[in-house]
Amino acid sequence: MNIKGNKIDIADKLPIGSNQKGAVVIKPSKGWVPLRLKDFWEYRELIYFLTWRDIKVRYKQTILGVSWAILQPLFAMVVFSLFFGRLAGVPSDNIPYPVFSYSGMVIWLFFANGVTLSSNSMVEAANTIKKVYFPRMVIPISSIFSGVVDFFLAFIVLIIMMAIYNIWPRLNILWLPLFLLLAMVTALGVGFWFSAMNVMFRDIRYAIPFLIQAWLFATPIAYPSSLLKGAWKTMYGINPMAGVVDGFRWALLGLDTKPGPMIAVSASVSVTLLITGAYFFKRMEKVFADVI
Amino acid sequence: MAENHIVIEAEGISKRYKIGEQQAQYRTIRESISRAAKAPLVRTAALLRGEAYGAANLRKEIWALKDVSFQVKKGEVLGIIGRNGAGKTTLLKVLSRITEPTEGIARIRGKVGSLLEVGTGMHPELTGRENVYINGAILGMRRSEINDKFDRIIDFAGIEEFVETPMKHYSSGMQVRLAFAIAAFLEPEVLLVDEVLAVGDAAFQRKCMGKMGEVAESGKTVLFVSHNMQAIKSLCPKTMLLEEGRIAAIGESQQVINHYLSGFQEVAQKTWEQQEAPGDEMVRLMGVRVVNESLEPVSYFLSDEQIRVEMEIDIARTHSALCVGFDLITKNGEIVLRTYHNDNEPAKWPELSEGRNVLRCLLPKAFLNKGTYAICPKIKLHQIKQILDSDPVLWFDVELGHGVSPFWSASRETYRPGVVMPILDWEKA
Repeated sequence: MNIKGNKIDIADKLPIGSNQKGAVVIKPSKGWVPLRLKDFWEYRELIYFLTWRDIKVRYKQTILGVSWAILQPLFAMVVFSLFFGRLAGVPSDNIPYPVFSYSGMVIWLFFANGVTLSSNSMVEAANTIKKVYFPRMVIPISSIFSGVVDFFLAFIVLIIMMAIYNIWPRLNILWLPLFLLLAMVTALGVGFWFSAMNVMFRDIRYAIPFLIQAWLFATPIAYPSSLLKGAWKTMYGINPMAGVVDGFRWALLGLDTKPGPMIAVSASVSVTLLITGAYFFKRMEKVFADVI
Repeated sequence: MAENHIVIEAEGISKRYKIGEQQAQYRTIRESISRAAKAPLVRTAALLRGEAYGAANLRKEIWALKDVSFQVKKGEVLGIIGRNGAGKTTLLKVLSRITEPTEGIARIRGKVGSLLEVGTGMHPELTGRENVYINGAILGMRRSEINDKFDRIIDFAGIEEFVETPMKHYSSGMQVRLAFAIAAFLEPEVLLVDEVLAVGDAAFQRKCMGKMGEVAESGKTVLFVSHNMQAIKSLCPKTMLLEEGRIAAIGESQQVINHYLSGFQEVAQKTWEQQEAPGDEMVRLMGVRVVNESLEPVSYFLSDEQIRVEMEIDIARTHSALCVGFDLITKNGEIVLRTYHNDNEPAKWPELSEGRNVLRCLLPKAFLNKGTYAICPKIKLHQIKQILDSDPVLWFDVELGHGVSPFWSASRETYRPGVVMPILDWEKA
């Protein structure tokens, strides 16, 4: 027993997965585990290939193929324009309502599809998880990356719509990548939480559509956030997507409504979601192969 | 400095799985594990039905591995054998970091490649070329590495004309060949392999064995799990025997194999309960026995007696490609023969129907030499999948009893070499 104790002590001095002399140490982990961000660089090609596979496979055996990426937000825009824009007369910050709702929808769908895909990604990759080792976070990450292509296709249509309605972006557009990044960070954060939980409780899979739907209406897509004023608007930022959608519109459509403290609130919520989600995922990682 | 030559070092590796109470009756760990994997689902479903007993049921534990310690030196090829559920696959899973040990520590020096399955991550909608890249990346190859090896992989799989065809149009044999070919070109410093050789047709299996031999000789460190004693013997100088999660023996392969096989002796029939019968949802093997001319199960024959092997199977769904058979092996693990119920011309096949079937195979009289032999049942869907590829399930002894020649009779007590000992016709030309 003494000998055994000594061995463990020696090994403890080597960090897990240390590359010194290429020695990998395998031992039970306890509690919260370091994220080991270096792994993602190590496995960047796998992220690339999995993303690429998701993109290639997604619209196989569909009649309309990639055009679904455009049809989804377009349909939503038509419905919103009819019911909210025309019938209910919802204001749209002096932007033609179709452009207003479509722009919100484009960034929203990137988030919503990312969350849905990544939440189910772990369960769908069950067989791979049981048979091959790689950092499991690669799976939800690549399913969110795979939505980028859909986003760009829908985004091109948005540019065309803006041209038709004669709306031109101002210098604000330089901020656009920041809001795209924020949308991705939010999707990743939520995706980490849900994909890990989905492995334990398959209820998540059924709960997600409801959650997404409720979240859609809690986000200023069909209506402007300018309906809220002052402190209320800042509080609204607790929904990270409120800040993302508002910021996206501001950067692209050149609204006068400068993003205020609301964006700051949203951004901090997003980043918190990402960090906590990543740690939660990492903590659960060790049991994935056993329970999936 | 000597320690640097040790590539794998395992100290007290243990792995515990939690299983439910109702699984206590399951004998094999593999089944318990698959039950355990489903347990959270069962539990949640039970909770939703308003039955809160699910959680309490997970108290029972099972140690798939217990206190496993060993060292593997650089360039060593170590075989791992043991019955189903002895912990062989769990050990590979722990070493390849798929699952964490509950206790203990292992250190591995060098890039690890593990092959617990071929074709992981492949997608039927993608072309052969695309799948090579996907699967290669999942197994841990760099893109540049796959580029370099691409032509050789395709050549090894023999699918040159179909590289740009979606894999769903491949025959199952082609799919398996491609999947194996990619795996075969994985060149890590430490290779962990689990029975992936049991794929494809005989010719391809030979090719795979050849490739494995090359890997073993190229100075790589290999851990090789198999049920195929022949393969273990020819590839691995050293073998580890696992029994119920513990190392029962480790050492020179032939000795360990003998030790393992001797544990099976003197059982004339083997039957399984419904829940634990090996097989899948389509076909289950319910029992195997060797019987004499009066159809009584016996484990001792004279070589001039007719030995009959009976296999009792339950078929839930018949399938035209279903083949039921067995390997007859010697106590050293050499395969004497492999036979399937439909080896003969179609008119002579016993007809399989849904429900219970008892198939009987008649071994020729005066055929086997003196020795101990075992039956390893095999059930497969031809070229589709192996349903059952079993270890020896029962053993029988053959004592020399055939000899019509006075010379032969006189030599009864002395051993004549050869696995089989048929009496052949001689004539003057």
